[in-house]
Amino acid sequence: MLDCGLDMTSTLNFLPLPLVQNPRLSNLPGWSLKDGNAFLDKELKECSGHVFVDSVPEFCLPETELIDLSTVDVILISNYHCMMALPYITEHTGFTGTVYATEPTVQIGRLLMEELVNFIERVPKAQSASLWKNKDTQRLLPSPLKDAVEVSTWRRCYTMQEVNSALSKIQLVGYSQKIELFGAVQVTPLSSGYALGSSNWIIQSHYEKVSYVSGSSLLTTHPQFSVVFQPMDQASLKNSDVLILTGLTQIPTANPDGMVGEFCSNLALTVRNGGNVLVPCYPSGVIYDLLECLYQYIDSAGLSSIPFYFISPVANSSLEFSQIFAEWLCHNKQTKVYLPEPPFPHAELIQTNKLKHYPSIHGDFSNDFRQPCVVFTGHPSLRFGDVVHFMELWGKSSLNTVIFTEPDFSYLEALAPYQPLAMKCIYCPIDTRLNFIQVSKLLKEVQPLHVVCPEQYTQPPPAQSHRVDLMIDCQPPAMSYRRAEVLALPFRRRYEKIEIMPELADSLVPMEIKPGISLATVSAVLHTKDNKHVLQVPPRGGWGPPPRPAQPTGGKKRKRPSDDIPDCKVLKPLLSGSIPVEQFVQTLEKHGFSDIKVEDTAKGHIVLLQEAETLIQIEEDSTHIICDNDEVLRVRLRDLVLKFLQKF
Amino acid sequence: TPSLIMDPECSRLLPALCAVLVDPRQPVADDTCLEKLLDWFKTVTEAGMGEGVTVDFPQRPDRPSLLLLQENPCLVELLFRVLKAHDPRPRVLSFSLRLAGLFAAQEDCFQYLQVSLSRAVDTIFSLQGDSSLFVASAAGQLLVHILALAMRGPAEGHPSPQGCDWPACAQKIVCHVEDSLRSTATPQVTQALNVLTTTFGHCHSPWTQGLWVRLSPLVACLLEKDPIPASHSLVDLLLSVARSPVGSSDCGLWETLAQTLSHLSPTQAGPLALGILKLQDCPQALKTQAFGVLLQPLACVLKAAAQAPGPPGFPEGATGDSITVDTFLSSKSACVGLLCQALAHLELLQLLPQRPSPWPQAPLLRAAVAILRFCHGSAAPTSDVGGHLCAVLAGCVRVQRAALDFLGTLSQGTGPQELVTQVFAVLLEYLTSPDSSPMVLKKAFQATLRWLLGSPKAPSCCDLDPHTQLFLGELLPVLRKRLCSPCWEARDSGLEFLTQVTRHWGGQAAFRHALLASEVPELTGQLLRDPESYVRASAVTATGQLSSWGLYATPTGPEHPEVQQESLFTELLHILSTDSEGFPRRAVMHVFTQWLKDGHADVAEDLEQFVARVLQAASQDLDWEVRAQGLELALVFLEQLLGQPGSRCPYAVALPEAAPPATLAQVLQALCRVQLFEFALRALFDCDRPVAQKSCDLLLFLKAKATPCGGPQEAGASPDVVSVEAALQRWQAGEQGQPLGELEPEAVMAVLRSMDLEGLRGMLAKSSDHMEKSPQSLLQDMLATVGVLGENEADCY
Repeated sequence: MLDCGLDMTSTLNFLPLPLVQNPRLSNLPGWSLKDGNAFLDKELKECSGHVFVDSVPEFCLPETELIDLSTVDVILISNYHCMMALPYITEHTGFTGTVYATEPTVQIGRLLMEELVNFIERVPKAQSASLWKNKDTQRLLPSPLKDAVEVSTWRRCYTMQEVNSALSKIQLVGYSQKIELFGAVQVTPLSSGYALGSSNWIIQSHYEKVSYVSGSSLLTTHPQFSVVFQPMDQASLKNSDVLILTGLTQIPTANPDGMVGEFCSNLALTVRNGGNVLVPCYPSGVIYDLLECLYQYIDSAGLSSIPFYFISPVANSSLEFSQIFAEWLCHNKQTKVYLPEPPFPHAELIQTNKLKHYPSIHGDFSNDFRQPCVVFTGHPSLRFGDVVHFMELWGKSSLNTVIFTEPDFSYLEALAPYQPLAMKCIYCPIDTRLNFIQVSKLLKEVQPLHVVCPEQYTQPPPAQSHRVDLMIDCQPPAMSYRRAEVLALPFRRRYEKIEIMPELADSLVPMEIKPGISLATVSAVLHTKDNKHVLQVPPRGGWGPPPRPAQPTGGKKRKRPSDDIPDCKVLKPLLSGSIPVEQFVQTLEKHGFSDIKVEDTAKGHIVLLQEAETLIQIEEDSTHIICDNDEVLRVRLRDLVLKFLQKF
Repeated sequence: TPSLIMDPECSRLLPALCAVLVDPRQPVADDTCLEKLLDWFKTVTEAGMGEGVTVDFPQRPDRPSLLLLQENPCLVELLFRVLKAHDPRPRVLSFSLRLAGLFAAQEDCFQYLQVSLSRAVDTIFSLQGDSSLFVASAAGQLLVHILALAMRGPAEGHPSPQGCDWPACAQKIVCHVEDSLRSTATPQVTQALNVLTTTFGHCHSPWTQGLWVRLSPLVACLLEKDPIPASHSLVDLLLSVARSPVGSSDCGLWETLAQTLSHLSPTQAGPLALGILKLQDCPQALKTQAFGVLLQPLACVLKAAAQAPGPPGFPEGATGDSITVDTFLSSKSACVGLLCQALAHLELLQLLPQRPSPWPQAPLLRAAVAILRFCHGSAAPTSDVGGHLCAVLAGCVRVQRAALDFLGTLSQGTGPQELVTQVFAVLLEYLTSPDSSPMVLKKAFQATLRWLLGSPKAPSCCDLDPHTQLFLGELLPVLRKRLCSPCWEARDSGLEFLTQVTRHWGGQAAFRHALLASEVPELTGQLLRDPESYVRASAVTATGQLSSWGLYATPTGPEHPEVQQESLFTELLHILSTDSEGFPRRAVMHVFTQWLKDGHADVAEDLEQFVARVLQAASQDLDWEVRAQGLELALVFLEQLLGQPGSRCPYAVALPEAAPPATLAQVLQALCRVQLFEFALRALFDCDRPVAQKSCDLLLFLKAKATPCGGPQEAGASPDVVSVEAALQRWQAGEQGQPLGELEPEAVMAVLRSMDLEGLRGMLAKSSDHMEKSPQSLLQDMLATVGVLGENEADCY
């Protein structure tokens, strides 16, 4: 299974979870059907023209119907955003396999999950709505509830216990480490340049190679995004039979550099006018980029006295983690880890008291809180977390600004339950993942035989149908897939590598057939275990148990139905060569056969011994002697045929 | 200059240098030295041609160039040996060829050289293909010189095209050119075309007509080849012929040009079309065809962008033909290249007086807007070509820059209001877009400025028209945001724009109103403390300009809410005294000078105090430009006190003045109070020559103003000059720390009178390297680098 992401856009259909009693939200009118039927009015509330589910928010899980997840052996994780559904899979589907991920991915993924659980658990909500999910009922609801997919599979958030259990099933890996999976394939994570510990994966056997490219970034020479992480490893992706491409930028028209400029300018303008800035964000990722840019910017903009607050249950851990994963940083930042200077400048912002971080708005924060200020806090969906509080607090003043930087959520939908809103809203999505120009360069560089990608990438965005530059353009055209579609990857496994034990190899006597090509017959036992094939010396004087092969080399031990030795009959020589028909006929005549007739067929010849009522059918790769119950004749003819062939 | 004549010392050094140049074992000095040497020879040879020079140098012999050759046989020896060398060094070869060309350009020298050189013509032919471009180009030019001189004899008549009456040397060269034109190898064709281009460019004698008649069929044959070889050189040749007297007489040429235009690819035809349109007299039909070629790419864009059949576009012949479309579709680089070329050519053309008329302003505007929309991704084309253009141009900075420049130039003309609205809309898109690169943003600001300043005034009053006012309302928030950009280039371009627009519109009520309502002036003040020095400098200029129009109020940002409001003057003075970078300090000096000229309120409040403080700060500056600008400011001050230099024309009608001019004594007192003398005298011994020169000029002006009036000198007082002169001597010796102390006007005037300021000015006028620039020094240096002059250890490198 490649990645295990969680679709959190489902939460946009729910009412926000306020941290403190909120009369506005608790007094919203219930929603009733057009005919006045009000049986849903406890579950659905109306707010400024939109209908929301008044319940604990629920998440949309990965597809579970299509395959039995208990049969999944391995999950490969490419970055911390793509593992948020892990507890649902590992804890509730009978999954017994292994999850592979890099260490920073797991640690920061844990932070994201912990924050999510914390946000939801600290505001317990008694009500859990389910009536609206009834298919017949859902049809009657207004959009977007009506069009929500798979609502019956939506689930409430997992618990910390489940998170811990899920994470315990993860095996940590390092970049370029080769991991054998059951001997069948080898998987290798490569740096993808997108986030701390983010990886692309290579899945290869001896003769086939599949690359899985997800969430990569090439912003290596960028002044703003000063290459925090190890740069993307492109060279290792070469010679792929198939390249599965996903996780491209969600906002192909917005370049991150310009967006950071917008972010900074709008922030400065708001604060200058005495307003506050709210930045809904995840506790890791883009926030590092923003803090680094602000670090350089605030002095020039005369904002040194403005406090920056980072509020998250995991703020402290997040800021500390990013400073210690030295081996995962780019070279430039790596060297800083060993210097008194921290690799990320936010440490200096903290030291100089410009950036302060708090687990929540309760406690110390309320004492230190000073306005105007800039607050970074979650959750970007605006449905839970401390951000809900600030939306309620600052939403009424046009001096304040909320700046959306995370590209995952539609900002208009996120804002819907807060309308009408006086505060300014700025949309500066910062997505550093590959855009289509970069993809095109990457594909030219890597040259995979086939590209497989989501259908959306093979056509221009629906809103800009003329932008043919905003799609994947490659030769041969990319194979696309859509939700729940089963796709056969365009290659066939035709060869397997077989090892020959040294003793056996010693005994071979190769014969040169053509210059440079030698053949040797091998009599051996083919031992197959964990998808490794080994030719071993056959036991002398009978078939005993074979010696154990010199492995296993990792992978999970599995019981295969038969580790038994196949029956072995007397070994017959192998034949090669071809039979020249004219000479063969002459030989037959020499040996007393007469009345010989030769017929040409599509595949060769038929030599007809009319007198003996016998047929010799000579084809490129077979010769048949068809005679009527005359074994002596058959053997005679056979020996004559064999004279023309070489034996091994 | 005296260096025109070869002095004995140079003559003594020259043989040694020539020996070094022909010796393959000796390292040759760098190209620059050889270039300088050539320059020197050029001045020597040119002195023999002009008439005016004779007046300046009566002692000059009649034929200096020939004399030079005759008296320095080492030169001819050099040319001869280099041409005969098996493997001459390219630098030396190129130098020798050009030297030969210099001399050969004069008939007497040519004849002197001819004996040896005509034998070398074959060598020169082969050198045209030399791998060194210098050598190849010099060989080509030499051939032209030889040809021109050889033809000088029969030039009086019209030699026959067949060439039977041509001198042998010329015949040889022309035959070589003919052979080359027939060659299938492009480099050969290129060489021949280049030789002809130079010939027609430089020689305007009647024989060139015969040459063209003889060679034009061969040139025409080139057009029939596919692809056309050396198309670039061919274009150069045709234009060169068209510009020469041959062009005005030969009507066959116009046909060739027309044919060439239609045979060349759109990219190749562009430069030819522009060249044709620049010609003074050429048939209208050809001009129309050429203009059509230039318009083709834009016609294609218009066609691709059109949703529906639009208003009439370009004239006939520029309708987006299929070849241009093919070029657009062939590759991204071809498409971008063609568009950029067309935009640049049309931009050049628009500025010319002979530009085509009627000028298709409206379709050009539409095309520029369409291109900018394609680049921005905001166009919604319906055709296939449109879709392709959209994909190719999206985000293409090169085209964006070219199109914005072009659009800016189009602001000179007008357009229908609906189009002008579109122009402003697309400019606003670029100014707003976060994706505009810093350079594109700068260009967008520049184009916006040109369109704004070109926009008409409302007929009823002298204020801005309603459209412009509306646009300003949208523009100022964008400018405000750009001034907050984390990208310093964006802040800088924003400030430059603000300065320019304020300079022109500072008095317009609508502009003033909109600007004051925006936050822009406050932000500009904030940027005086920007970490980037260029931005600080631009902010200084902008605040200075705003303040001149009374549009600047000192900001109270969140950063310094506690700081008492201080005047901009104090703030700028602070920058002048403390800023670590030169640019902001220079900008401050410019602003102060302007303020003084304009009679700015902050200045007028206490003029002397202002001048004194500025001069004090400037005198201590490490940057000579700041000190020089200080003198500029001092001069303005002086002029205001004493009147403009030369304004006291005895016949001029005296203008009524508000206040009677101060007496000289009062003026001198004032100058002493602001310590202008100390500043100027200190500057007189400044280690940077421009500062000293400026100071010298200033003191001379003062001296001239003071002396005829008599003045204090006649009062019989005996000023204390000794101490002043002693201090000045110490300054001259480099001890600048010594203060001058209290100065009496009388003492100053006495010192000025006793100083030889004129002499000092003459000395300062000589460039500081006048010693090192002499040919003798050059020869010595070149020889020194190869160690021939053992005793001369001086090394100026």
